[in-house]
Amino acid sequence: MTSPAPIPEPQGAPRPAAATAPALSIDGVSHAYGPRRALIDVSFNVQPASFTALLGLNGAGKSTLFSLITRLFGIQSGRVGIFGHDISKSPGEALRLLGVVFQPRTLDLDLSLTQNLLYHAALHGIGRSDAAARSAELLGRIGLEERAGSKVRDLSGGQMRRLEIARALLHRPRLLLLDEPTVGLDVKARADIIGQVRQLVTEQGIGVLWATHLFDEIMPSDDLVVLHQGKVLARGPMSRVVTEAGAQDVNTAFMRLTGAQTMPGGGA
Amino acid sequence: MSSITAREARRGFSFAEYMTCLTGIVWREGLRFLHQRERFVSALVRPLVWLFIFAAGFRQVLGISIIPPYETYILYEVYIAPGLMAMIQLFNGMQSSLSMVYDREMGNMRTLLVSPLPRGFLLFCKLLAGTAVSLLQVYAFLLIAWFWDITPPSSGYLTVLPALILSGLMLGSLGMLISSGIKQLENFAGVMNFVIFPMFFASSALYPLWRVQEGSPYLYYLCEANPFTHAVELIRFALYGQINWISLAVVAACTIVFMIGAILAYDPSRGLARRGPAGGEG
Repeated sequence: MTSPAPIPEPQGAPRPAAATAPALSIDGVSHAYGPRRALIDVSFNVQPASFTALLGLNGAGKSTLFSLITRLFGIQSGRVGIFGHDISKSPGEALRLLGVVFQPRTLDLDLSLTQNLLYHAALHGIGRSDAAARSAELLGRIGLEERAGSKVRDLSGGQMRRLEIARALLHRPRLLLLDEPTVGLDVKARADIIGQVRQLVTEQGIGVLWATHLFDEIMPSDDLVVLHQGKVLARGPMSRVVTEAGAQDVNTAFMRLTGAQTMPGGGA
Repeated sequence: MSSITAREARRGFSFAEYMTCLTGIVWREGLRFLHQRERFVSALVRPLVWLFIFAAGFRQVLGISIIPPYETYILYEVYIAPGLMAMIQLFNGMQSSLSMVYDREMGNMRTLLVSPLPRGFLLFCKLLAGTAVSLLQVYAFLLIAWFWDITPPSSGYLTVLPALILSGLMLGSLGMLISSGIKQLENFAGVMNFVIFPMFFASSALYPLWRVQEGSPYLYYLCEANPFTHAVELIRFALYGQINWISLAVVAACTIVFMIGAILAYDPSRGLARRGPAGGEG
């Protein structure tokens, strides 16, 4: 993807280039920690109003990729774009459109639910009264409005995750990244969270990138990116990836794809 | 719904957005501080031990002649109070800056750094928030010290405020610069030995520099070159409604240099990478 440099538009005008760009474009991204290569020439897109599952085992490079998209690490080679905004060149514009749920918990445990949300709103420059209204609305939507004033410490794991998702939506992003959001949750909490996120895709047109190593979280209609040892082994609609791997289900497809990769090296 | 609206596509940020972000970060830091009572107590106990025990014991050993800004003979306790105020800020600056780079606040730094506002501005807000916390500590110390007969003029409590803000920013950005720059200083004990103690003892916090000069001219020059000395003197003079211009210039210049250096050197991957390559996925 070598799009020409965007021509500056008058303030406030919609930018046609951005309107047609993918929600997320990863273009030839590589990353190394010293001699260890964590990502090797990774490319894929996430479309608006789509659910893309990033499937990979622990250590496949999912979290590294997330750190690059969220600008925690500098990009060593390749390009990351969010609705056409290059994350290295115009990070402000790109991050405005991005909501993230990191794998480790990032809430302030000693602060209340509302305080956590208000802090996040402030980080996005959302004024106090607007922020309070949005927080109340989102807490209502995740069914935690009665807990608004309690400390986050007193919530269950599933409730904390729901709160983190609500927080990531506070500034109304168009792209939502979730890094293994259901790890450590019970079956009911997992189902709740997956349902909630899928609803965002269908009802609000948000593009979702969902990193996981759990096959049962992926549906046939999803887009799938298989990441293994830093490389993209397959990408496309899940049903096609499964067929092309000559498998019946995503589980077998994943084993075939990664098995072929790991065998010559003596297994991983 | 997936098209980009005008609001989302515009460039830059308004002044109001910057201010909302700044107040939000300071507000959160204040809230967290109020919840961490142990941190507050230990931040207060440290200077009070110096004041109640060390100063009381040393009173007879060290006579203080009349030196500006003091107009009369003063007790040793009165002399070291500004040094202890600066010490509170020194500890606070090092502590909060270290936690920004290493594990403890990593989750918080992730949340902070995905804010779309410019990264330099976010780090500046963090430093200012850390300074605000140190102000709470310093004023709590001054309150207790007042009962111990350390009674600067009442206007001094106000005139010292700008000096404290400047010295707090200087020490906070120094902490951030150090923790970004030196790999070995990964724990607080290292910082204590190699930064806090040398800076504190080689300064005018505990003894007037003319006394140091009598003992060792070289140490005197070292103390004069120590930015912490100038933070102490800036606070000392401001507490008595005066301005020490040299100290003000040194502290202001150091603040600018340290802050620019800290912002340029700040690398969040340093805190993450420690777990990253070793433990696989962070």
